[in-house]
Amino acid sequence: MEKFTVLDLLQLDLKEHDALNLKCVGGRPGLIREIKMPELNRPGLALGGFFDSFAEQRLQIFGRGETSYLCKLEKENKLENIKRLFSFKLPCCVFTNNLEPPAHFFSLAEESGCPVLQTDLSSSEFSTRIMRVLSNIFAPKKNVHGVLVEVFGIGVLIQGESGVGKSEIALELIERGHRLVADDAVEVRCVGGNFLMGKGVNVIASHHMEIRGLGIINVTHLFGVGAIRDKKQIQLVVQLEEWDTNKSYDRIGSEDSTIELLGVAVPYLQIPVKPGRNIPIIIETGAMNERLKKLGYHSAKEFSRSIMNWLETERARSVYFETQ
Amino acid sequence: MKEKIVLVTNRAGIHARPAALLVQTASKYSSSIFLERNNEKVNGKSIMGVITLGAVYNSEIKITVDGEDEEKALEAIVALFEKKFEEN
Repeated sequence: MEKFTVLDLLQLDLKEHDALNLKCVGGRPGLIREIKMPELNRPGLALGGFFDSFAEQRLQIFGRGETSYLCKLEKENKLENIKRLFSFKLPCCVFTNNLEPPAHFFSLAEESGCPVLQTDLSSSEFSTRIMRVLSNIFAPKKNVHGVLVEVFGIGVLIQGESGVGKSEIALELIERGHRLVADDAVEVRCVGGNFLMGKGVNVIASHHMEIRGLGIINVTHLFGVGAIRDKKQIQLVVQLEEWDTNKSYDRIGSEDSTIELLGVAVPYLQIPVKPGRNIPIIIETGAMNERLKKLGYHSAKEFSRSIMNWLETERARSVYFETQ
Repeated sequence: MKEKIVLVTNRAGIHARPAALLVQTASKYSSSIFLERNNEKVNGKSIMGVITLGAVYNSEIKITVDGEDEEKALEAIVALFEKKFEEN
């Protein structure tokens, strides 16, 4: 992974419930400092002079408690602990609730080149938001080849050899009112160990598609903003392949096959492509079937079970008739 | 054209899984394959057809195969019945 600096954190485009509302109030040269781990620290103990196991690599959060303690230290002119604090190469200090850092603290921070940031959020709200943001950034990621489309609310990653018609199929799905997340290059992140988030590798290119014979098209302009999405959880992987007569395809679907992506098992469908097969409709149905499974109704298993029951009663009856 | 009468020897009868196995085997051959039980005749390459036969344990099934590779096809299908569709 590339270095993630404090400046990168400030420049993240975060909206609504993710917004961090951070601004830099001092120590600007330190903005190139790297954030190495998605973790936080409340430096209360360190300010009290206890530096054992001090988490120096973490973001340091100063809330009301820490800030009033800093003010008390200033009044009493006890600056050793603050000096010692800045002898560590802290990634940055964040003051929540729009609190102003005391003057001495501020100048010591400037001196050591440690960036001082400020946010209007409360400490706990800021903590949950930044944890979410950082764990997304530090989540394991992988770029995969394929098209990510949202079909009936299910994130479907369509994969297959180039030329099998992924983009055309995605286009047809968009035509039918579904949404394009990314074409060709999809960035997959594993969030929280069991959740796969997919989005376009490149923000500029992700809502464009290349269609053989047409060239590059802009999906947003052609189909409207309703036809696109920024990111979507990957809930189904569809593998398209040329129909192979020697290969047997799943006929019942009672055994759920999955594929591993970054250690997460995702439902997986292998769909053979042949001229005259309407793949978009098959994908739509697959997505709906996936939703049905999530609701607890597994069509193939239910079918299998009722057939078994039926055969069982038939057999019981035949035994009865034979004995007569 | 070749014909053979076989017995369903697996306890559960021909339910979804054995039916899929049968259809997949049948689809490998170009010959036309029909299964018959109680005067009901279905295409051996159609999964829904095979299931609706209601072939329970110990029922008799007449297999009719017609085409170029009929011998091989019949052999393969009979083998499935003999193996109890890899069940029990």
